[in-house]
Amino acid sequence: MEDISREQSDSSSLLQMRGIVKQFPGVRALDGVDLDVRAGEVHCLLGQNGAGKSTLIKVLAGAHQPDTGEVLLGGEAVKLANPTAAMRQGIATIYQELDLVDGLSVAENIFLGHEQATFGFTRRGEMFAATRKLLARLGHGEIRPSTEVGRLSPAGKQVVSMARALSHEARLIVMDEPSAALAHDEVTNLFRIIRELTSQGVAVVYISHRLEEIREIGDRVTVLKDGRTVAVGLPARTTPTATVVSLMTGRNVEYVFPPRPTGGFGDEVLKVEDLTVPGVVSGVSFTVRAGEIVGLAGLVGSGRSEIMEAVYGARRATGKVTLNGRPVKLGDTSHSVRIGMGLAPEERKAQGLLLDQSVARNITLASLGRYSRFGWLNRKLENAEAERLVKALDIRPPDPNRPIKTLSGGNQQKAVLGRWLVEGRKLLLLDEPTRGVDVGARAELYALVRRLADEGVGVLLVSSEVPEVLGLADRVLVVREGRIVHEAPATELDEHHVLDLVMDATPSHG
Amino acid sequence: MTEVNPQKVSAPEADEQARVEAAAVAPSGPGAGRLALGRITGARHLGLVVALALLAIVGLITAPETFATTSNMVSLLALAATIGVITVGMTFVIIGGGIDLSVGAIMALASVWATTLATQAYGPVVMAICAIVVGTGAGLLNGFLISYGRMVPFIATLAMLVAARGLAQRMSERRTQLVSQDNGALVELSTTRVLGLPLLVYIFAVIVALGWLILNRTTFGRRTYAVGGNPEAARLAGINVRRHTMLLYGLSGLCCGIAAVIIMARTTTGSSTHGDLYELDAIAAVIIGGTLLTGGRGTIIGSILGLLIFTVITNLFILNGLNTSDQLIAKGLIIVVAVLLQRRSLQTAT
Ligand SMILES: Nc1ncnc2c1ncn2[C@@H]1O[C@H](COP(=O)(O)OP(=O)(O)OP(=O)(O)O)[C@@H](O)[C@H]1O
Ligand SMILES: [Mg+2]
Repeated sequence: MEDISREQSDSSSLLQMRGIVKQFPGVRALDGVDLDVRAGEVHCLLGQNGAGKSTLIKVLAGAHQPDTGEVLLGGEAVKLANPTAAMRQGIATIYQELDLVDGLSVAENIFLGHEQATFGFTRRGEMFAATRKLLARLGHGEIRPSTEVGRLSPAGKQVVSMARALSHEARLIVMDEPSAALAHDEVTNLFRIIRELTSQGVAVVYISHRLEEIREIGDRVTVLKDGRTVAVGLPARTTPTATVVSLMTGRNVEYVFPPRPTGGFGDEVLKVEDLTVPGVVSGVSFTVRAGEIVGLAGLVGSGRSEIMEAVYGARRATGKVTLNGRPVKLGDTSHSVRIGMGLAPEERKAQGLLLDQSVARNITLASLGRYSRFGWLNRKLENAEAERLVKALDIRPPDPNRPIKTLSGGNQQKAVLGRWLVEGRKLLLLDEPTRGVDVGARAELYALVRRLADEGVGVLLVSSEVPEVLGLADRVLVVREGRIVHEAPATELDEHHVLDLVMDATPSHG
Repeated sequence: MTEVNPQKVSAPEADEQARVEAAAVAPSGPGAGRLALGRITGARHLGLVVALALLAIVGLITAPETFATTSNMVSLLALAATIGVITVGMTFVIIGGGIDLSVGAIMALASVWATTLATQAYGPVVMAICAIVVGTGAGLLNGFLISYGRMVPFIATLAMLVAARGLAQRMSERRTQLVSQDNGALVELSTTRVLGLPLLVYIFAVIVALGWLILNRTTFGRRTYAVGGNPEAARLAGINVRRHTMLLYGLSGLCCGIAAVIIMARTTTGSSTHGDLYELDAIAAVIIGGTLLTGGRGTIIGSILGLLIFTVITNLFILNGLNTSDQLIAKGLIIVVAVLLQRRSLQTAT
């Protein structure tokens, strides 16, 4: 392995972080981390869920103060006392959890904190024009500057926070899992912008759990494990994946999907007929059988999440949905849950988590009926179940009583899934279930989902990662512009074929 | 408390209540109970317990003859009982992400409805039931407007505040309605003592205990935190957010009905001027107790401690013969200080 010594890299370093330590109550999130980023490079930060990546970049963004350690920018020690100070130093950050204000417009969000104003009056026209330019540069000219951010899809929000980072004229842009909410073509777009930035000398720190992305866009890689740097400046393109994974996890993980069942599937669990969500989904029909995993492939905005939400009753829709032959009341989630459905939503922070509550409370929220009689909770039973799920999902730290907001993103995601991994579910709707989950835990989640299916649960899966849909699902439905345009067993499809179908209006039927 | 508000429309009312409170006499000691309270509430409420203890010391110093007397303690608790019951309901509503401005007005309406000649003819039990039904009904109406009519809680309950007072005034023709001699049993809630305390203090204690149990030991309580903390997540987890919201306001109304029974017992009257500005005291108590106005967080015990702090301050001002305006200023300061202190402790905790 080619190792770049630190002295050598010093000369061209834009950013150096040395011996950063950050202690939270009960957890040492960073335990002496070094990072060294050169101007014009894409520096990837890898590590398992809870390794300390987000904490490190929050230190860099001035959102956390390190206990010890120093930050050098262009060779000079700087103090990043708060986010404004970091921005002034030319560091812009796209956080893992979107931090946009839903009630404000796209333009207002982008220029929040650095409004273009004269005597306190914002210069709306200029802001709108600048916003339009930024969005066009990101390939999203269709988003209007005056739209309220709360109305955008998660991917749309991701684009807005990217535009915000670009609006700062930064020399270092930090991206914490920017691709987690993006579909394939959006990621291509993101990479185009990153290349554009780096060619102008801007450095990018890039965090992702998708290793193939690292290979495509990254220049060098730093690996964190349990709050420590275990490898500095590895070449991103030539280091073997197995090496990176074993550095991250300390073991060898096989990135494989669980085997599909050999026998047939059970009875029809879900039957959807002529489901229509005005303006988004037009008349889709499909079925899911017991034990079957059905994947929905499609672009962001194709209507795949909307189909799921409509089936679940979380969205106004017309059509007929039946679960085990019983009609589902559309628009009533409590009825859906009672008869055996469960939905793990796409956006964990806005749609999934009770941030003020403990991990246990978050996990048991949807199944309180199981731990109670006549509304009276059996807390022993509840806590035991929470503990079991924390173990089963390998949530770290494995303490059900921790406030969930102190968990890393990937671990929060596991808790959102855990909510539905209880007995009695007949149909699970999983929207981007592995969003932000690391490679090791991913393989375990896949196995878990397959095991549920083998026990007779029907699963409907949405994922922006085509390999995940193809690897985990038994049957794939391709969604485009609110319609199902193709349906085939997963084994008969390959990635290119699906991408063609997903994007092109004239697919090459194979 | 607000019984001595200078802006009151009918002055005799306030005097009457003060008289009833002053007349309350019984033997009891406050010290031991307070220490035990500190142990139950744990570190989270330590600040509030300390504040309460400090106020008690101030009371002992500034009014050595009157403060620590049993009669004063009993009247203090009786006063706290009325707003206390309302505060329990308010805590649920605020944790659930809402606000109820109509509590005082609903209590007044319930007290008037229960003391009309027609209702009084059926005896004290029916009077009490009437008050509770009226309170719950008004609360459910609030809840219906908010969850199914999609009105903002502030506006819906503001409308209810105005309308319920208006209705109470019409029903009573703005006169104070006395509880008749035949229904004296109702008044016995405040005159009968068990272990030195009037029955209504026990009612208060039971309501607080029930409130605590519902909030901490039932699925209803869990869902209340979820609905207030993240309504979208709650909905997607299969909670019927609308129905739950409606029930929360119904619960608040129910508490107002019970409070109406207590105030009828204490003052022997039903009146459209009862409970003026109680909503502010209840909301302030909840805030001082550490419940976030944004919902999803808070405790019953905190609210009750907040309320006791408020009640003791009022009491100290009255005992020291101070101006009611100064009292309002002091209360305002207490709210600000309490919230600032909580901010700081929140920040250091994370
Ligand atoms: N505010 C906090 N209070 C307490 N502990 C925290 C806090 N923030 C993070 N932690 C802990 O610090 C550790 C590192 O978390 P961090 O969010 O940096 O992980 P990460 O590498 O970004 O993981 P992921 O890939 O899941 O996003 C975790 O154990 C987490 O529980
Ligand atoms: Mg993270």
